[in-house]
Amino acid sequence: MRTREKSLTLSWLATKGSRRITWKIIAFTLLTAGGVLFIVPFIWMVSASLKTRPQIFQFPVQWIPNPIDWTNYPEGLAFMGFLNCFRNSCIVTFGSVAGQLLSSAMVAYGFARLRFRGRGILFVILLATMMLPYPVTMIPKFMIFRSLGWIDTFAPLIVPTFFGAGLSGAFYIFLLRQFFMTIPLELDDAAKIDGCSYWGIFWRIILPQTRAALGAIAIFSFMWNWMDFLGPLIYLNSLDNFTISLGLNQLVGYRYTQWGWMMAASVVAITPPVILFFVSQKYFIRGIVVTGVKG
Amino acid sequence: MSKLARREEISGYLFISPWLIGFFIFTAGAVVVSLGLSFTKYEIVSPPIYIGAKNYIKAFTNDPLFWHSLLKVTLTYAVFSVPLQLVTGLVVALLMNQKLPGIGIFRTLYYLPSVVPMVAMAMLWILMLDPQYGLINYFLSFIGIKGPAWLYDTKWALSAFIIMRVWIVGSSMLMYLAGLQGIPTSFYEAADIDGANIWQKFWNITIPIISPIILLTLIMSIIASFQVFTLSYVMTEGGPGNATLFYVLLLYQNAFINFKMGYASALAWILFIIILGLTILILKSSASWVHYEGKTR
Repeated sequence: MRTREKSLTLSWLATKGSRRITWKIIAFTLLTAGGVLFIVPFIWMVSASLKTRPQIFQFPVQWIPNPIDWTNYPEGLAFMGFLNCFRNSCIVTFGSVAGQLLSSAMVAYGFARLRFRGRGILFVILLATMMLPYPVTMIPKFMIFRSLGWIDTFAPLIVPTFFGAGLSGAFYIFLLRQFFMTIPLELDDAAKIDGCSYWGIFWRIILPQTRAALGAIAIFSFMWNWMDFLGPLIYLNSLDNFTISLGLNQLVGYRYTQWGWMMAASVVAITPPVILFFVSQKYFIRGIVVTGVKG
Repeated sequence: MSKLARREEISGYLFISPWLIGFFIFTAGAVVVSLGLSFTKYEIVSPPIYIGAKNYIKAFTNDPLFWHSLLKVTLTYAVFSVPLQLVTGLVVALLMNQKLPGIGIFRTLYYLPSVVPMVAMAMLWILMLDPQYGLINYFLSFIGIKGPAWLYDTKWALSAFIIMRVWIVGSSMLMYLAGLQGIPTSFYEAADIDGANIWQKFWNITIPIISPIILLTLIMSIIASFQVFTLSYVMTEGGPGNATLFYVLLLYQNAFINFKMGYASALAWILFIIILGLTILILKSSASWVHYEGKTR
């Protein structure tokens, strides 16, 4: 009786175990199939960027180009004025990253560590601004920068970042505040007793303690500023000032003829964010999970 | 107030002053100005003229493109693309949560499209969706389907956008995955003992526990789908025959191409109200379907 019960339990466990393994194999197969679908466009893009026109339009698709033709790269990049665009994108992006890091760290420190009247309500307002759709402020901002004579300069893209008003500025303040809150207050008190100013505490205690969080913010900020299209589209008019996004957009007009150029230029434009993503994956994924704000 | 407390308070204001200044100029100020402008005729070259609610009346009664872009394009897109995103993200996350080998690689693979700059993505998909030489129709031909002309066909252009959106489902997938990984296995073991099957476990354990994440992704994807701009600007410029004239694209064209800044401000405010209303509606309804840990009802 007892052994029968035992063997029944065992066989139940065994079928359950094998069912679990079957399920795992199904899940793995589905994920692999989906993963291939997600990645195939990239492979196709790289492959087409290395083909001549007849090769691109040849069926069935030749996945590994034979022979490999590199000419799309110099030609496509020269056409969109790549070096110039790249320089402009670097100026805008690094300027914005610096502005967002400095302003969001300062403001987050104020909200996280210092007591002042209206702190709670101001913080709620800060959070509420994250919900504001950008088209609402787009036109007045344009008017402000136009009246300052800043149209067709990088200033409208960089200056607001120093005031926590760049792309997702409020989000970075919120994120950093959460990190700053986790540092023990005793550290501040000890420093205060030693005669350290608030700026000193911020600069010499808080910032070094939160390097990882600051790094995550820098990565996010780099990504979104590098990829931004609407900002440069509104404020930059002359070819000399075009960023990579705007330069790429120039190539869209050649959708019937120069596929190789479009593909080559896209590959080059995608490379910096993709490399950064691979290098900083851990921070990046954790940041998205913690906050869930960027979609 | 003590001297120390006063010093702390002043320092506090100083530290948040960059944001305070930015807020008063670029957010609060801009919002007020935008509301004001929406009641004016303002075409940049001459100062704004007050015209009452005429912009709003024009949008609702005298601009066929307004209703077309709001309902036939933007709302239709949202109605199809939001559920599709939610389900795809959740399904991929569920599959990934099976303690499989190579999970890190899968995570990277599925997230990768989300770090592609929008313009590059637009270019890639213009070619992917090409009726004759694109990859999509090439694959469809394998299963004997002659693919449509996608971006060149008024009936199919919007569908192309809905399909494309699935490719950048990475961040909601990551959020679901984190939620799923946080569910204690003891919950499922207890259900096993009670003889629950896989569907019962899914509906009675998994879904309630991750419902706050579903709520968050739902709100975010609705907000995002009402603000689609770059893809339609680059890929179709709203065409063919206005089939992909998304609301923000219509707004942009009014503001920065026709320089009807007053009218565009009214459009922006209508969008703001719609988004706000939808968000409040969803948050209110969420009380009945979102489950919060440690709260009993």
